[in-house]
Amino acid sequence: MSVVVVGNGMAGTRFAADLRTLDPHRPLVVFGAEPGRAYNRVLLPELLAGRLTPDDLALPEPSGALDLRAGVTVTAIDRDRRVVCADDGSRTRYDALVLATGSRPVVPAVKGLCRDDGSLVEGAAVFRTLADCRRILAAARGARDVVVLGGGLLGLEAARGLARRGLRARVVHARGHLMERQLDLDASRILTSTLAGLGVEVLVEAATVAVVGDEDGRVRGVVLEDGTRLPADLLVVACGVRADIGLAVRAGLRTGRGIVVDDLMRTSDPAIHALGDCAEHRGQVYGLVAPAWEQARVAAGVVAGHGGTYAGSRLVTRLKAPGVDLATMGDPHVRDEATEVVTFADPARLVYQKVLIRERRLVGAIMLGDNPSVGTVTQLFDRDAPVPVDARSLLFARPGTGPAANGSPGVPAAGDTLCRCNGVTAGGIATAWLAGARTTEEVARVTRASTGCGGCRDTIEGFVAALSAGPAHTPAPEEVVA
Amino acid sequence: MKRWDRRLDDMSDSAAVATHCPYCALQCGMELSAAPDSGPDSGEVLVAPRAHGDNAAALCQKGWTAAELLTSPQRLRTPMVRASRDEALVPASWEGAFGTVAAAITRVQAEHGPGGVAVLGGGGLTNEKAYMLGKFARTVLRTPNIDYNGRFCMSSAAAAANRAFGLDRGLPFPLGDIAAADVVLLVGGNSAETMPPFLRVLTAPRPDTGGLIVVDPRRTPTAERARLHLQPTPGTDLALALGMLHVALVEGYADTEYVAARTNGLADVRPIVMSYWPERVERITGVPVAQQREAVRLLATAGRAMVLTGRGAEQHAKGTDTVTAFVNLALALGLPGTPGSGYGCLTGQGNGQGGREHGQKADQLPGYRRIDDPAARAHVAAVWGVDPAVLPGPGPSAYELLDSLGRPGGPRVLLVFGTNPVVSAPAAARMEERLADLDLLVVADLVRSETADLADVVLPSAQWAEEDGTMTNLEGRVIRRRRLRPPPGQVRTDLEIMAGLAAALGRGPVVETEPARVFAELGRAGAGGPADYAGISYERIDAEGGVFWPCPTPAHPGTPRMFLDRFATPDGRARFVPVEHRPAVEDVDAAYPVYLTTGRVLAQYQSGAQTRRVSALVQAAPGPFVEVHPVLAERHGIAEGDDVRVVSRRGVAVAPARLTDTIRVDTVFMPFHWPGAGRANVLTNPALDPTSRMPEFKVCAVRLEPVCSAVGSALHERPEAAR
Repeated sequence: MSVVVVGNGMAGTRFAADLRTLDPHRPLVVFGAEPGRAYNRVLLPELLAGRLTPDDLALPEPSGALDLRAGVTVTAIDRDRRVVCADDGSRTRYDALVLATGSRPVVPAVKGLCRDDGSLVEGAAVFRTLADCRRILAAARGARDVVVLGGGLLGLEAARGLARRGLRARVVHARGHLMERQLDLDASRILTSTLAGLGVEVLVEAATVAVVGDEDGRVRGVVLEDGTRLPADLLVVACGVRADIGLAVRAGLRTGRGIVVDDLMRTSDPAIHALGDCAEHRGQVYGLVAPAWEQARVAAGVVAGHGGTYAGSRLVTRLKAPGVDLATMGDPHVRDEATEVVTFADPARLVYQKVLIRERRLVGAIMLGDNPSVGTVTQLFDRDAPVPVDARSLLFARPGTGPAANGSPGVPAAGDTLCRCNGVTAGGIATAWLAGARTTEEVARVTRASTGCGGCRDTIEGFVAALSAGPAHTPAPEEVVA
Repeated sequence: MKRWDRRLDDMSDSAAVATHCPYCALQCGMELSAAPDSGPDSGEVLVAPRAHGDNAAALCQKGWTAAELLTSPQRLRTPMVRASRDEALVPASWEGAFGTVAAAITRVQAEHGPGGVAVLGGGGLTNEKAYMLGKFARTVLRTPNIDYNGRFCMSSAAAAANRAFGLDRGLPFPLGDIAAADVVLLVGGNSAETMPPFLRVLTAPRPDTGGLIVVDPRRTPTAERARLHLQPTPGTDLALALGMLHVALVEGYADTEYVAARTNGLADVRPIVMSYWPERVERITGVPVAQQREAVRLLATAGRAMVLTGRGAEQHAKGTDTVTAFVNLALALGLPGTPGSGYGCLTGQGNGQGGREHGQKADQLPGYRRIDDPAARAHVAAVWGVDPAVLPGPGPSAYELLDSLGRPGGPRVLLVFGTNPVVSAPAAARMEERLADLDLLVVADLVRSETADLADVVLPSAQWAEEDGTMTNLEGRVIRRRRLRPPPGQVRTDLEIMAGLAAALGRGPVVETEPARVFAELGRAGAGGPADYAGISYERIDAEGGVFWPCPTPAHPGTPRMFLDRFATPDGRARFVPVEHRPAVEDVDAAYPVYLTTGRVLAQYQSGAQTRRVSALVQAAPGPFVEVHPVLAERHGIAEGDDVRVVSRRGVAVAPARLTDTIRVDTVFMPFHWPGAGRANVLTNPALDPTSRMPEFKVCAVRLEPVCSAVGSALHERPEAAR
């Protein structure tokens, strides 16, 4: 039984690898429209930032023999004969077909952005593929001003990366606040301040009406609705993506915003599966890697005959931009009586936290800035686990920041253990002191306090000194425990 | 008379003898002397700390009180035999006991072949005993079925070090190097409780730029001393390591010159690691991105940096890969084999290091040689004076060995030396069933451990202050254990017990009982092997304060720091090994929604067979408990001190709750030192690491139930799913 995968991106390669793990000998053909080996799209902003090279992005190849057709675009599916036709003239039979065609960037209708043939003018680029990145980096060489159209996740990551290269970066966003699906207005404002500190200027409610070019047709700036003109010798278009469903539509598969799949990741043709950015499951098109990988695992199980069902993914969005710590999950816009909303905002410290709780479960959260509890909150959301009665612990828990405050707690009580290694209490030391031990060494000889890890030495020294200073503060002596 | 003999005599004449603590691998120096007002052979023994090597004069409560067991009424003083399983153990003569054992071995081997008899050793045995136990199994019993409890301890780190460096020595550098390091990353180790005086090394004063980073699901006393504590979900250390290497590579911290000159394989590791970006790792581990980046920054920008692993990282069904991932991180940063820096594992048991080198391991011959290597077999057989063909091949690992006992084709007689699997093995209730199916269980121990309680023959063996020998501590330093006085009454040393059994079987005399001569023989058997002791002698250890192996000749100075010029691989380069994260074998679900992790407390050691018989330690740590976060406790209606039923797919344990916010909300912790209702290892998962055969002690799925008085009588009932 041969399996054909259309798409060699994050979803397609993951499916191929998962299938290989379950069924090492199944013949597998993978078509990739982009040339070269599969790469990790998530890390493209690091490429813009100059921290990685294209070679670093390579994804691991699935084990075993793989018939990879890179740089070949599948043009049609003959469902009756179970054959895919590609632009290299090949026809390939399948028993199971997996569509992982991904998505395409949206190019807004802005005057001067496109040439007559529909391609972007010189100096402008979308931000989706490795080739796009190469174009952006070529244009960034010698450039000073970059304008990023779109204040969504990808636009902010691109702007942050390019700012790190020393470019003056401006994000132009038509809506009232950044990442409007994932953030509220307050969070957007603090995020704007955070980005400003990293050399990224944000303009909201700024619709771009025209791109200005020089005589060669090269980008020189953009004009906003209010007439403002921003200089730009590089323009990055990050206005969202749309599922790439053309092939599926031509093949007569059921589509909505994406290729419609059931809980087994099957399309309306049970021999064809779809997953990743191009798939629509229960009305949802995710456009994120984590759901794509969960779908790939289910699809691989189904194709391999191991079964499995997909019930949807928990939506967690994490901005991947060094210096910006932002996690959002679920729906942070819920407003109903059953939902308890707890927020904390500290604009001066660039911290914003919001958790939304219904029936003791998290339905949404925004964690921006220094948030040591972000890992805990994400895992509670992921597992749909009950949250603590006092939701403040979700905001202010500070796990992992040591050392714990073990300063000077004043005079210890008789039962307090001062030396853990040898189980010596304050009372035990007081007893030794009363019996004549006047220095830490003498106390150690009698009680063994401080002879283990030695960490309590200062405490013992201080306590012995306090005892010597006056008996008014001494606790009642007790049996020496050690 | 040889010099060391004379010295020994001098020692026994004088008031004090210089030796080491009987417990953990730190092997703190100790001075033992007879209490002034007691008899020289049977009275109280005084303990005093003694500086040795890089160890200061320091002892924890276990060390200070170690001598109490010498005179304890609970120690075994005579052999015990039971006539049948329904009858009690009664005192017997050595001849009677040996006769019973020899008869059973002879009968079983006649019927089932040599493999009908199995041996289980321990990481607390001296080098001499570990060596002799392997020789005894292979030449007297001729069985392949021998392994040891270090399989539950060091095997994952050993396997990872072997594949990366070509050689496994827990710390390939002296302790002093850790004290002098600027930053130490400690993964899954709670030294403040497991080897307290080691904290002096671990938290030695460091400049503001550096410090200690601890990775542990619990904010342990060790984590509280750390500059940075990463608190991952149990079973996700591997993902954390991959994420840290990702950050190191992306942020340009890799030591490219070192990687090019001294390693192979980064190209195979890089594509995997690139798929573990910190935001993804945060979702898997729960460790915030900012903390991951901070940990890598601290480690990578330190002048001298160390990566250390403990059982928390290693005791998993993916322990070998987890250690490998941290070794990969250390290699990328250029640490191993660089003076002052490195990767090391913190060995647990007293002789956990030497115990894994001299041939009590299922796949090994002395000198850390492989038993399936024809050259190694020929060399060792020549030293032993046997035909290489009679040496058996590799046997099953400890858990597999235990699980095969009494089953068709499995061993029918088991000899146990220095370990207590009824408390320390995973899925412990199943272990008891296996032991019950044996024809004969023989246990040599100091006290009547829970395993000895089930035995048909119990043989009383000498304690640490009553025997000579060598131990190899956690830094690979071979040190001397010295005898203060002979064992009391009928008690014999393990070497004498092995010799007696060999004689009763009519297969002697291959067992030498004089430790110094055994050590010399061990040196010859291991000569030319990876762990080469051939140049070490008692005299040299005495004169030099210990000798670091490898030390192939008497003129060789020993090797405090390994890998400075080359690694022990064929091409001299360290190997990056590609590894992927995978979830815990048993993840939480609706029926078992809470993680259980297990570990130790300060005042107890291993299965507690020794420490639970020392009054001060019992007072300090009287019994088992379940550590529960207040939020989790509140959800279950559990209050401080309430008895809690902890239920896994393998069994039920009951212990009082200890509420603390030092543990993750989704995890409970139980120490594993106790038998009875609170025995943690009834719950643990025996899923094994594919390489090291280490069981998954550190994570399984459980549910919590408050104990109502009505169900109090059903404490030992087992859940349906276990059947």
